[in-house]
Amino acid sequence: MPSSTVLVALLGMTVVAYVLGRRRSVRAASNTGLTCHSLPGYYGSYVAIWCALPALLLYCLWQLAEPGFIRTQVLATMSAATLELPEAELGLVYNDIRNLVEGNIVSGEPSDEILAAASRYMSLQRISNLGLMLAVLIIGLTTLGWAFRRVEPGLRARNKVERSMELLLMAASTVAIFTTIGIFLSVLFEALRFFQQVSPLEFLFGLSWSPQTAIRPDQVGSSGAFGAVPLFAGTLLISGIAMLVAVPVGLMSAIYLSEYANPQVRSFAKPMLEVLAGIPTVVYGYFAALTVGPLLRQFGEGLGLSVSSESALGAGLVMGIMIIPFVSSLSDDVINAVPQDLRDGSYGLGATQSETIRQVILPAALPGIVGGILLAASRAIGETMIVVMAAGLAANLTANPLEAVTTVTVQIVTLLIGDQEFDSAKTLAAFALGLLLFVTTLILNIIALRVVRRYREQYE
Amino acid sequence: MSQATKVEKDTVPQVGAGTVEETSVPAAPDIRVVGDTYRTVGDYTSANPVVRARNVDVFYGDNHAIQNVSLDIGKNQVISLIGPSGCGKSTFIRCLNRMNDTIDIARVHGEILLDGEDIHARRMDVVMLRARVGMVFQKPNPFPKSVYDNVAYGPRIHGLARNRQELDRIVRSSLERAGLWTEVKDRLDEPGTGLSGGQQQRLCIARTIAVGPEVILMDEPCSALDPIATAHIEDLIDELKKNFAIVIVTHSMQQAARVSQRTAYFHLGRLIEVGDTDQIFTNPQHELTEDYITGRFG
Repeated sequence: MPSSTVLVALLGMTVVAYVLGRRRSVRAASNTGLTCHSLPGYYGSYVAIWCALPALLLYCLWQLAEPGFIRTQVLATMSAATLELPEAELGLVYNDIRNLVEGNIVSGEPSDEILAAASRYMSLQRISNLGLMLAVLIIGLTTLGWAFRRVEPGLRARNKVERSMELLLMAASTVAIFTTIGIFLSVLFEALRFFQQVSPLEFLFGLSWSPQTAIRPDQVGSSGAFGAVPLFAGTLLISGIAMLVAVPVGLMSAIYLSEYANPQVRSFAKPMLEVLAGIPTVVYGYFAALTVGPLLRQFGEGLGLSVSSESALGAGLVMGIMIIPFVSSLSDDVINAVPQDLRDGSYGLGATQSETIRQVILPAALPGIVGGILLAASRAIGETMIVVMAAGLAANLTANPLEAVTTVTVQIVTLLIGDQEFDSAKTLAAFALGLLLFVTTLILNIIALRVVRRYREQYE
Repeated sequence: MSQATKVEKDTVPQVGAGTVEETSVPAAPDIRVVGDTYRTVGDYTSANPVVRARNVDVFYGDNHAIQNVSLDIGKNQVISLIGPSGCGKSTFIRCLNRMNDTIDIARVHGEILLDGEDIHARRMDVVMLRARVGMVFQKPNPFPKSVYDNVAYGPRIHGLARNRQELDRIVRSSLERAGLWTEVKDRLDEPGTGLSGGQQQRLCIARTIAVGPEVILMDEPCSALDPIATAHIEDLIDELKKNFAIVIVTHSMQQAARVSQRTAYFHLGRLIEVGDTDQIFTNPQHELTEDYITGRFG
């Protein structure tokens, strides 16, 4: 029996607990003639929460502890020869045991020792499941009974339920924080391994990027050059082009939609613009590589310029179009939120519509607009697919938008899909790049938040 | 009498300015204004008018917000518009600088002359009109700019100053005339939104004066202010009438009595009675006016 049936049983108990708690509060009120502190539903919720939460907590802890516990128990019975194996090989043996239990493919013919261990594993798992079931039910019933007996008209159930709601919301908000920390740490440790092989200074300030390392020790190959400057230059170039497209177009369309367009146009045009954000980036990639790239090339030839068919310009233009909705949609919302009072005040002084927009509405909406632009910028910096398809892989250090460049994200992809072992400098470089990208966007966000706060202080 | 008052009490709140309820008064005999032929009691003309409004009707969609209102605004005079909420006072003053243009569903009929010029004429530029007929709003609405830039906003967009010194002079004299200069002269670079409510409202008045209008429209300028700030503004209005014609919408009858020379009473989109403030408050001719100023409804 899978252990998840326990959860179904617990859910049933919770519902019963709600009904019981509610009924008891109603009865208690009519018996004693007192008015309950809270509505009956709160007493129901109070008992239900007490029934469900401790049991659920126990369930989670049990599930976390179970695999380690079973492993030590199973390995304890095995022969000394097996136990002396190095950690990695012991892991393989233990994997074999688990595969045998779960009916997966096992490497080779299982020995008697492994068969014995497998049967021990199975019985341990059965015992653990049973124990879990019993423990959860007992805890659930105990806490249910305890909370049930506490229900009386004087119990401040509403305050307690409110408090548990607060805790729930707090837990939800910490998920994002802990995830960020986790991502940062996982990238950080791999990056540190990279910096043991390549000096951080070379990585940060090196002007050449050529991550080719020898696969075998006896192979004659490049030792690799890991200067990240060309990659960041490429990223900035492409993101810069994208922002040059997205900010003016997005802002102006937002102004049109919120200030000039009539409701019919607006209700049609705004969703259409937001569709742009829903197009998969791979599709934008096709568009950049197959349509915009060749078009730019032809156009450049007409002007006597040499445009490489995979150019920063093409990728940047298409990326700019992709992020227009981020700028326009958010800006539109904040412009709409500017109070009508301010518009009236400006019109009342004889200002025209464009004067009002330029001098009153845009300054008032600036913090929100900056927020939209930042969101767009971080999308642009992190964007991968369009650049892979349209900007090429050559790590040129150039400011010429007509040449092929590459970006940090593209290099991370190409480094990780290689066939080298995981601890080679080439693979680990991907994590160092990831870390640097992460830190860069973090710094950008912090700067922008400061700017926005400064404006807020000034204008609110 | 008491019967009649009761009916009116029930009728009045249904007709808010914003709500698109039917304003066409159901021919209730208790409200003695029936049909389009109602004639305002008292003399709506002025010996020395800046603005002459004649037979003005305003529609918000299907809502007939103002019906056949004629009124003169005299030079160097304060006229207060009183009446229960939704009676069309604000709508009327918004006609005088064509602020109703900014509302899509609003339509204005009738003739409004500013110094003898039709403000709806083709050659009348609405931008110039609003420079000549300034407006102060119910809620102080300083722009998100510095105190200086708030006042300099109007002169800048109308090109009233040729250089920085002239602009400084305009800003200073406007702030002085609004009675704000001594309080803000060291804080000209701070945001206008950082001032107190009363200061903000005087800043908005300074901003309006800076353009050099002939008429200043004030739409309940003190309703968001405390009594001290209100007293400030009232003194200011008294001072300002030496140079401007002022129209003030107010819900405070004491305020109307204190600051204005003429008073106009609006009721359900009609101008019921107009006359000298003393006469309106001591000897109203129309029964509705009397009911309102004696506090029997509204």
